[in-house]
Amino acid sequence: MLSLRDVHASYGPVLALRGVSIEVPAKGIVAVLGANGAGKTSTLRAVSGLLRLSHGSIEVDGRRIDRMAPEKIVQLGVSQVPEGRQIFSEMTVLENLQLGAFTRRDGNSVRDDVERVFGYFPVLGERRRQQAGLLSGGEQQMLSIGRALMARPRLLLLDEPSLGLAPLLVREIFEIVKAINAAEGLTILLVEQDAKAALGIAQRGYVLETGRVVLEDSAARLTENEAVRRSYLGY
Amino acid sequence: MQEFAQQTLSGIASGSLFAILALAIVLIYRSTSVLNFAQGEMAMFTTFIAWSLMTRMDFWLAFALAILVSAAIGAALERLVLRPVENAPVLNSVIVTLGLFTIFNGLALWIWGAQPKGFGPFSVFKGDPICSADVCIGRLNVGILVVSFIVMTLLYILFQRTRLGLAMRATAENRLASQLVGIPIGNMLTLGWALSAGVGAVAGVLVAQSVSLTTSSLFSILLYAFAAAVLGGLNSPPGAIVGGIIIGVAKNWAATYVPSAVGNVDLTLAFAMIVIVLMIRPTGLFGRPPARRV
Repeated sequence: MLSLRDVHASYGPVLALRGVSIEVPAKGIVAVLGANGAGKTSTLRAVSGLLRLSHGSIEVDGRRIDRMAPEKIVQLGVSQVPEGRQIFSEMTVLENLQLGAFTRRDGNSVRDDVERVFGYFPVLGERRRQQAGLLSGGEQQMLSIGRALMARPRLLLLDEPSLGLAPLLVREIFEIVKAINAAEGLTILLVEQDAKAALGIAQRGYVLETGRVVLEDSAARLTENEAVRRSYLGY
Repeated sequence: MQEFAQQTLSGIASGSLFAILALAIVLIYRSTSVLNFAQGEMAMFTTFIAWSLMTRMDFWLAFALAILVSAAIGAALERLVLRPVENAPVLNSVIVTLGLFTIFNGLALWIWGAQPKGFGPFSVFKGDPICSADVCIGRLNVGILVVSFIVMTLLYILFQRTRLGLAMRATAENRLASQLVGIPIGNMLTLGWALSAGVGAVAGVLVAQSVSLTTSSLFSILLYAFAAAVLGGLNSPPGAIVGGIIIGVAKNWAATYVPSAVGNVDLTLAFAMIVIVLMIRPTGLFGRPPARRV
């Protein structure tokens, strides 16, 4: 469904991506692993149209998106949960979710979808009128995911959802992500430093190093892989 | 007592004018972090346009047209002049808006000349003051209060009750997140400038009803408006309104009760208040410090 082919991109003179090729099959969960600065966030920024490519292409269902404006890419059904959550902290939980549905015109089903998000994350429902900046880190992560779901995406990009969260909470959020994938057939591209959590729900994984894909395999085989174990799983 | 009520009431009216122009400043500042020093001169320029239109048509029609023209100028400025310096250091945009200040001033002088333009012949605010007990309020002040109230109510509805307003607030708060939910943020910034310039035009036309319009008519108003915006908090629209009214009232009190031997006491007092407020609350009365990333 999503394919990146030989993607190159840079921030000014700094090369961020130096030939990244990734395939995400429809309804699948694909994990991208790597250390800080390996190009994980840049990869997602490129897909969302926030980082322009200098070479290569990105396609969604065979349609090139790498020259589209970010809002057009959202309209095509690609939503991102960015690193560090990036919620609208001065607005209420409900307003954050309404903004997630900005590209949609169907007011009534937006209301249904707000309830659907509250179904996945009941704590958000209890706090719907609260200022989002006052939520805990885990709740903010849930809100960020909920906001992305409000666009009714076909492809969800998740950038380090585990960042700064307690292990138990990380597991809970990953379980919910997996449940959403299973229930709605939502395709997921997940970028993570927490390789164990990510490979636990993904079918395939890619390992990035300094802007290049250095390893690609099924999640099961990556978990067994000696180098991955030493570098990312820590045993 | 009667004089006190009188001065307070007209202070609220003139404060509303500061409040409207302060709103225009705040609308731009909180969405783009640009302090638009040309706000007053843009308003002055479109007030001249309003004057020219009024020689040909009905007051309210000319007023509405002038607001639209002003909004179009604001939108064009954002697209053509401000966008290229958007990601440059703050000082660049300061220089650009100061440049716009002199450009609009020079342009107005070139087009309309130095001869003051009176709005007297077109004014719809003529007639005796309206009195209740011993306290009277002039028709112009009533007009100013009503128009200000309408402007503020419309802005409130836009920002708090509509999808578009929500998206504009989102863009002001977090551009990255706004892009990721699919808001075309460039359009929101353009719209912000258009809105601000339109609001500024309202202030300009109302100010010109009591003074003859020259190219320097709005300069002192701009100072008070900046003071109001800073006092209320540069990123808070309600703060701009409250700040404007506080300054309008304080200015009138000072002019009434401080001996006239002290020159320019109203301006001095207004700025003394700001210094004191900022010493106690650096973000202004209603301003919020920049949001912390969690």
